[in-house]
Amino acid sequence: MVDQMDIPPSQLLRLLQTEIPSNDEKILRSHTIWLCLNCEMCIGRCPMEVDIPPMMDFLRSESIRRKMVNPKAGNIIAFHRSFLESIRYTGRLFELGLVLSYKSKTFHLFQDAGLAPEMIAKGKLGFIPERIKKVADMKRIFSRTLKKGGQS
Amino acid sequence: MKIGFYPGCSVDGGSREYKESCRALAKAYGIELESVPDWNCCGASAAHNLNRELALALPARILSLAEKAGMTHLLVPCAACYNRLMLTQHELMKDETLRKNISEVTGLEFKGTCSILNVVQWIQKWILPELPEKIKKPFDYKVACYYGCLLVRPHKVLKFDRPEDPQSLDEVMKLIGATPVDWAFKTECCGAGLSVSKTDVVADLSGKIVRDAVYRQADALIVACPMCHSNLDMRRREINGYLKQNVSLPVIYVTQAIGLALGIDRKELGLHRHFVPVNLPEKAEATK
Repeated sequence: MVDQMDIPPSQLLRLLQTEIPSNDEKILRSHTIWLCLNCEMCIGRCPMEVDIPPMMDFLRSESIRRKMVNPKAGNIIAFHRSFLESIRYTGRLFELGLVLSYKSKTFHLFQDAGLAPEMIAKGKLGFIPERIKKVADMKRIFSRTLKKGGQS
Repeated sequence: MKIGFYPGCSVDGGSREYKESCRALAKAYGIELESVPDWNCCGASAAHNLNRELALALPARILSLAEKAGMTHLLVPCAACYNRLMLTQHELMKDETLRKNISEVTGLEFKGTCSILNVVQWIQKWILPELPEKIKKPFDYKVACYYGCLLVRPHKVLKFDRPEDPQSLDEVMKLIGATPVDWAFKTECCGAGLSVSKTDVVADLSGKIVRDAVYRQADALIVACPMCHSNLDMRRREINGYLKQNVSLPVIYVTQAIGLALGIDRKELGLHRHFVPVNLPEKAEATK
């Protein structure tokens, strides 16, 4: 994964330590923070137990809050947002809805179109979203957390 | 007996064969898996990327509902859900102010009394004890047990198995007659949540996992996570493109492998739903 990143995580941490605003901005505008998968391998192997994954979570929300999102991260964020939208309105993830919403956000209309027929044939694709009974709970959770944490 | 069950969205949707095989195993043991009433999505890979409080509140609601329903044990077969629920329980139990804040957000009390089990822990606790006498057809294959990230990391929170070269799945597979191979990609990341938004990266990461399992002459990859499964199975076309060869190595859930050893019908285990056909060599048929 590091070979895809514009700043390797070790360098990113060093930049953070400098506490220089231009370095902070460089981090918040990086592609790296969006590519990190939170696989937790770094903390698993770090002898100093430097816990990078929660830092990445913080940097991502900070990058959105300060409107510094790297343009190359557009697809990744579109996917996360489509995912959360699906939960917000029904309480559960509706996979078909997620994919359609992602496509409409990114204009990748034909991506994975080949997967659908096979998924249908194997009974893997649902067509009707499942709704939880207390969808109001979702509204409550989303409105209270997004208000404090800024626009997701 | 009855135990709490949190299927989660993907096990309830595109990876339904995982749920089917969990239920089939439970049935064979007379265990009733009782779903958390009105459960919601845990937020998976999306919520924590964008908003920390949201990423804690969604799993907190699930755990509160499970507590309210009197569940002392909660089986969470999806490794991603298991990870999010464990992290939430951990965070909320060590910080009282945060616990109060999140309770206010969900409108539900959270006590942290529910014991969260991943699928391997469930198997160890309830399936293994009677396993030897129940085996009808040993699963006599070479297997590469793939743990991925979320079952074993972060170790400080999950305290399950060990983060390097874990053994729990290998031990289970040995008990049903399989021979686990020693390989290098047990806990490498498959690409997880970037499956749709960065498919090329997933083909690269998952491709390396499949390639090593083939190199070690495994007959099958054994998994315990629907995200790993869909990347390794449903994304096989992209993986084959990356590897520049057609790899027919099947990807089987641990619950399906045990089910086969118990003689449970393939369809009941959902084996017909895989993209990469599960055609294991005939040798097992002969070793009855």
